[in-house]
Amino acid sequence: MRVLVIEDDLETASFLRRALKEQGHVAEYAADGQTGLELARANAYDVLIVDRMLPKCDGLAVIGALRAEEIGTPALILSALGEVDDRVKGLRAGGDDYLTKPYAFSELLARIEALARRKSPEEGSTRFVVGDLVLDRLSHKVTRAGEPIMLQPREFRLLEYLMKHAGQVVTRTMLLENVWDYHFDPQTNVIDVHVSRLRSKIDKNFATPLLHTVRGAGYTIRDSTH
Amino acid sequence: MTALTKLFRTTTFRLSLTYLALFGAATVVAIFYIYWNTTVLLTRQLHDTIDAELKGLAEQYTNGGLTQLVRTIADRSQTPGSSLYYVADPDGRRVAGNLTSITQELSNSLGPVEFEYSRPAEGGIETRLAFANVFRLPGGYRLIVGRDIEDRRELARVIRSAMLWGLGMMALFGIGGGYLVSRNLLARIDAVAATTRTIMEGDLTGRLPVNGSGDELDRLSESLNLMLARIEQLMAGLREVSDNIAHDLKTPLNRLRNRVEAALHEPYGEPTYREALERTIEEADGLIKTFNALLSIARLEAGAGGDNKESLDVAAVVRDVAELYEPVAEERGITLRTKPVEPVFVRADRQLLGQAIANLVDNAIKYGAPQQRAQGGNGSELEVSVTTEARGRMAEIVVTDRGPGVPSSDRDRVLDRFVRLEASRSEPGSGLGLSLVAAVARLHGGTLRLEDNHPGLKVVLSLPAESQALLNGTAHQPSGAELRSA
Repeated sequence: MRVLVIEDDLETASFLRRALKEQGHVAEYAADGQTGLELARANAYDVLIVDRMLPKCDGLAVIGALRAEEIGTPALILSALGEVDDRVKGLRAGGDDYLTKPYAFSELLARIEALARRKSPEEGSTRFVVGDLVLDRLSHKVTRAGEPIMLQPREFRLLEYLMKHAGQVVTRTMLLENVWDYHFDPQTNVIDVHVSRLRSKIDKNFATPLLHTVRGAGYTIRDSTH
Repeated sequence: MTALTKLFRTTTFRLSLTYLALFGAATVVAIFYIYWNTTVLLTRQLHDTIDAELKGLAEQYTNGGLTQLVRTIADRSQTPGSSLYYVADPDGRRVAGNLTSITQELSNSLGPVEFEYSRPAEGGIETRLAFANVFRLPGGYRLIVGRDIEDRRELARVIRSAMLWGLGMMALFGIGGGYLVSRNLLARIDAVAATTRTIMEGDLTGRLPVNGSGDELDRLSESLNLMLARIEQLMAGLREVSDNIAHDLKTPLNRLRNRVEAALHEPYGEPTYREALERTIEEADGLIKTFNALLSIARLEAGAGGDNKESLDVAAVVRDVAELYEPVAEERGITLRTKPVEPVFVRADRQLLGQAIANLVDNAIKYGAPQQRAQGGNGSELEVSVTTEARGRMAEIVVTDRGPGVPSSDRDRVLDRFVRLEASRSEPGSGLGLSLVAAVARLHGGTLRLEDNHPGLKVVLSLPAESQALLNGTAHQPSGAELRSA
């Protein structure tokens, strides 16, 4: 994955570049909005990581300019402003996701991977398959090894989101935001309990578990036999 | 600035002076106008009378000669208040008339003339003013007919002195009154200024004097006092918050620092370091959460965050949140029940409302249980119920539990930042949850109250409901037809 980091804080930028490289991604870097905009115009990136407050050209303006030129590279906005209003403004300006500082790198990584994936053809697919687990988005039916699994509507959406990002790490906040559409911190481990319920329905009576917990990050659904 | 110059500079005093000048000028103009008109009228009457008499006497002379004229004048002189007459021969000698002598000037003139004459009065002779017309009769005789106008002179004098006295009194009362009123007002303003200074010096307990008269200054003072009370309350809140922040953020920071320091001194290898680092991150995450919550509350209290209000069905949000927490509750042996209710619409920010309800449910799950647990019960009897009711014009979200509740004396206090009751210290938490709910309630024009659930705690979050008319227009429930066609 080719990532452009537009961030004026040198230390943050170099940390991000190093960490992204360790994960096998190519990370380029711009220290101000102007340079960032030029780089994003000239090269094809998979994802942009844009700091909201930038010298020369504000982060939202950079994204706005790109969108005006119909350059649709997914953009993740990083900001110290974390209120609902700020998030709404960021997304309205053309950002695809919004992450508040300070953040965990695992959270950032999971989000940019999800953003890059969004452009893939699987996005619009009507059937998700992971191993012998099949989810049909049209009939709202889930089967594992041909056996039907009964899910509550919310469990279905949870599984749908996990399977859409099969093989990727999905964080608890991403689940809360995308499955429940809430952006606050629920304090208690509510998401974990929902996931463990789902797990008991799809994994309990089968030899190979598909839904895995990624320590310190979140969850992933994948067929580990391959 | 001396007390007197300060007084002269007051608005009241300046206004008094201005009005004084205006009234003075108006009075002078009015009196002068009346006087002048009267004089014109009187003069015309005087001229007419004298002219008529002259004409009559001239006819007498023409018809009956000097003898007839002298007789007529003698007759007329008998009536009290008669005109003044004087007839002189061509040599200037007096022939007849009630004027005994005339001045040289008068005897030489012709036509209308003003002159002074003497007449006997009590204790001597008095000089009076008269107006006359001098007429030359055929044969060289001169006829002088005049009227005493001393009364008019007197009238002018009286009016002039009345005017002067009047103006003098007006000035005296005006300036005196202005002075008294200004001094009174100035004293009150000075008292206000003195209080303001003490407040500026940092003593927020000072209040402006109110004398109970209910006048404009009193009303202003009352409003300002209310404002001061609010400011004092806010300042106290701010001070308390800073103290609390200092305590509640420094403690974990210190813990974090100690842990890192201890890890550095540990002689063991990587696993120990790893564990220490992981716990450090946990601690840092906790701090970040506390910071975020504090910032959110501060922003909400400053009135920010209300830009994303929309028409929302509270019942749906409650169901959403209940559904989110239901597995956690079940895991803890708590039954989370929501009463099915009709949609109730409010104008709210979905995220904030969701978070507020989530905080209430979270609290109920965490703190609504301990008693039964301690007794070793299975806890299955605990319940958290969430209901929405449109009571009148308010939508009420009620969260009840069967826990130990909150003593009535602590109910206001627990809404403050960082306040955690002793009984709850064993559970993780920042003491900011209810503060945030209260701030959300205020932002939406609603209230948060804590009540006794006999036993347990009943928390009521009430928000202004949207009117029925609006509700019908924006109802989000699909109609039967829509359901069928779907």
